[in-house]
Parts: sequence; structure tokens; C-alpha cells
Amino acid sequence: MTNEEIRDFIKQAIDENRVMLFMKGTPEQPACGFSMRTSAALNALGVRYAALDILPDPRIREELSGLSNWPTIPQLFVDGELVGGCDIVTEMYESGELAERLGVEQPAEAPEPPTADAPQTAPLGIDNRLS
Amino acid sequence: MPSASELKERIEAALPGAEANVEDLTGGGDHFRAEIVSDRFAGLSRIEQHRLVYDVFGGEIGGPIHALSLRTTIPEGQA
Repeated sequence: MTNEEIRDFIKQAIDENRVMLFMKGTPEQPACGFSMRTSAALNALGVRYAALDILPDPRIREELSGLSNWPTIPQLFVDGELVGGCDIVTEMYESGELAERLGVEQPAEAPEPPTADAPQTAPLGIDNRLS
Repeated sequence: MPSASELKERIEAALPGAEANVEDLTGGGDHFRAEIVSDRFAGLSRIEQHRLVYDVFGGEIGGPIHALSLRTTIPEGQA
């Protein structure tokens, strides 16, 4: 794939998936603690999201960061817009803003920082078509 | 290898009046956490606040600085 094709693929993924997470690894097998916490927050809210592993090709990350003007992974997009990385998503999860942004109910329990063992993933799974 | 105090100095130099507390999370000089209070953040979204800080380090984020975790706040009464 050319860099241009990768960029177009990323743009399309952001456009076509209301909740789009770019991460290291997958929601089932996150490859980095920050990616793990971010997908765990989405899992805790029970929201459906698409996830793309950026690791298979270093150009995915380069093109993504070029597009988003955001240096680190993970990156969460909602409705085509960058919401943030792990820090912002975690902060928004804890304050209830993330649930509000996604239009779901905040879980009733006191919002503990999410952990990895929330297994309920419902990724739309645009599985590494780039690999 | 960057140190926590170097990161603190660079953030505070780039955002005059800011107060930064930087912690080296692993002791290895590559994973940091910074809590920053600055009135420069007023009126900005979180994304924009974090970008201001990331911009201080440019390409070093993801390079020598593997991870920089941020919490940005506006001084009391200036939100």
C-alpha cells in the first residue's frame, strides 16, 4: 500500500465509524497499557466501536498523527472528531462526559478507573486490513 | 535522556506563568506524567490544552519521550 492509500483508509475509517479507536494491539489483546485503559473505558460503557491496530505498519501511525496533529497512540474519534488519547478519555470517563458524548448511560457504580478485564468488546472489527 | 526536572523547566518556559509537576513514572527517563496548571488553558478544549504542551516537545514525543501523560487545569476562578 502507498502512504496515500493508508491515509485514505484512515480517513474512511474515521468517517464510517461513529466511534473509532486507533490503538496498539486489539481490544481483546491490547499491546500497551494506555491503549488498554482507553478501550477498557469504552468497554465499561458498553458502546460499540471500531478498533484498528496501528502496529502492523509504522506508516499507519505516521499518517494518523499527520492527519490528527496528535503525537501519541491511542486516539479516539467520535463523530469524525478527535476526542483524545488515554488521559483525556480516562478523565472524561471518570467525569461522565464520555458517556454523555457517546449518548449512553454512565454505569451506576462509582466510576472506578476502568481496568483491562472488562471483556465486553463489540468492535465492528475493521481488522487489520492494512497488515 | 530527558529528566523530569528538564521537562518541568521546558514546559514552564514555554507557558509563562504555568506551574508544572512532572514525575518520571518508571525512573527510566521515557515515561512521564505531568500535571500542569496554567491560565493559558482558559477557553481551550482539552485537546487544545494538551496540544499546547505536546508542541513544546515536538517530535520527541513518541521518540525519546515514549509517553507523556498529561493532566491540564486552569487556575481556580479563571475557568
